[in-house]
Amino acid sequence: MAPPTPEVTHPEDVLIVGASAGGLAVAEALRRKGYRGRLTVVGAEPHPPYDRPPLSKQVLSGAWEGERTHLRSRDDLDRLEAEFVLGDPATGLDAAAREVRTASGRVLRADAVVLATGLTALRLPGQDDLAGVHVLRTLDDALALRRDLTTADELVVVGEGVLGAEIAATARGLGTGVTLAGLGDAVMGDHLGGLVGGMLTRLHAGRGVRLRLGVAARSLTGEDGRVTGVLLASGEWLPAGAVVVATGSRPAVGWLAGSGLTLGDGVECDARCRAADGVYALGDIASWHHEGLGRRLRLENRTNAVEQAQVVAANLLGEDRPYVPVPYFWTDQYDVKIQAHGFLTRDAQVDVVEGAPEENRFVARYTVGGQVTGVLGWNMAKAARLHRRSLAEAFTPEKPHA
Amino acid sequence: MKVTVDEEKCCGAGQCVLIAPEVFDQRDDDGIVILLEAEPGEEQHAAVREAAAVCPAAAIELTGRD
Repeated sequence: MAPPTPEVTHPEDVLIVGASAGGLAVAEALRRKGYRGRLTVVGAEPHPPYDRPPLSKQVLSGAWEGERTHLRSRDDLDRLEAEFVLGDPATGLDAAAREVRTASGRVLRADAVVLATGLTALRLPGQDDLAGVHVLRTLDDALALRRDLTTADELVVVGEGVLGAEIAATARGLGTGVTLAGLGDAVMGDHLGGLVGGMLTRLHAGRGVRLRLGVAARSLTGEDGRVTGVLLASGEWLPAGAVVVATGSRPAVGWLAGSGLTLGDGVECDARCRAADGVYALGDIASWHHEGLGRRLRLENRTNAVEQAQVVAANLLGEDRPYVPVPYFWTDQYDVKIQAHGFLTRDAQVDVVEGAPEENRFVARYTVGGQVTGVLGWNMAKAARLHRRSLAEAFTPEKPHA
Repeated sequence: MKVTVDEEKCCGAGQCVLIAPEVFDQRDDDGIVILLEAEPGEEQHAAVREAAAVCPAAAIELTGRD
């Protein structure tokens, strides 16, 4: 089925659902491109748009107050001439009518609707009944965990992915005892492969993190309504004054049930990030067709939200731009800064192409089936960026003789 | 247009260098942004705006009307 023809006329009003980095970015990109129509931004949280990557690092450590994460000043937001409806989660969408309902009972309609509601953190059964068990998704989550870390001697982090690893590193920096438990056999092994996963595992162990890898968390234990520990499938019990559940997330699309959109792994969009006529999605919730890879993709990272927002803004204003990014994320843990370009999968052959792991500074190239699919920098950000061009072939569309 | 960068926020992605190499560079040792041109010429403005928009650490600030 051919995708619908893009509208050539500008929408008179645009409604953006989601007031985080991606929602803000599409609003700003529309204005930068000369859009003068009405703009409304609806956000579930009461805060103005803020940045999430610092939550597990600078905010959790206490180096930054919460307000430092705000992405724009009050004046900058005023100049945007957008109406911000904050603290009022969207609860329903009629895609054909482009009508959004909110928790407070608002009904908002626009020529074009942009969906950018991000992720919902997964939780363990029973965690909502126990004080001291946290997820880390919002600014309020980070501040609540920070308060608990000032009194808890022992923190258990469940989940060995990027968020769990960053939280473990930050908590160790505060002097808290940390146990990191996860299903995978290496810290971030699923995202960065065996070589780097092994190095990160040794890094955390060297900083005093107790690691329980390759084992599931079975249940939480508590007393008088407060968590006391985590029971593992191995039978081991890990005592804890506070627990963070960082086992992953799901696209926040529950409110889109019955909207008329196709929901699979997120909101299914075409190569132009269009989910239906006049409805676009971006960021963590958007599953779109990447023309360079020739397949559907959904990315959960900060860079993707703002890059996809640029393409959505262009397409809203009548351009016809496919979204064909090279994925990128970074993580900072202790004194290690990792830059990850492309896909860094377990099945890839990994070759160190600059520097050396023993020197705590290197660039690694990931190759699958003879094609470079990923580049990783370990304390070597600039060199990694320069090697990024070797990824172009894997992510560029229209290989004429392929 | 005046450009300022926040080295403490910078994550070393290098997106700004890819988009506006005449205005931004990165330090060799830690990848943190180097501002080459604090008041770039008009021909650079569009690229600098895009770099500021997509900076994943929101570390680039632009002031001034044009």
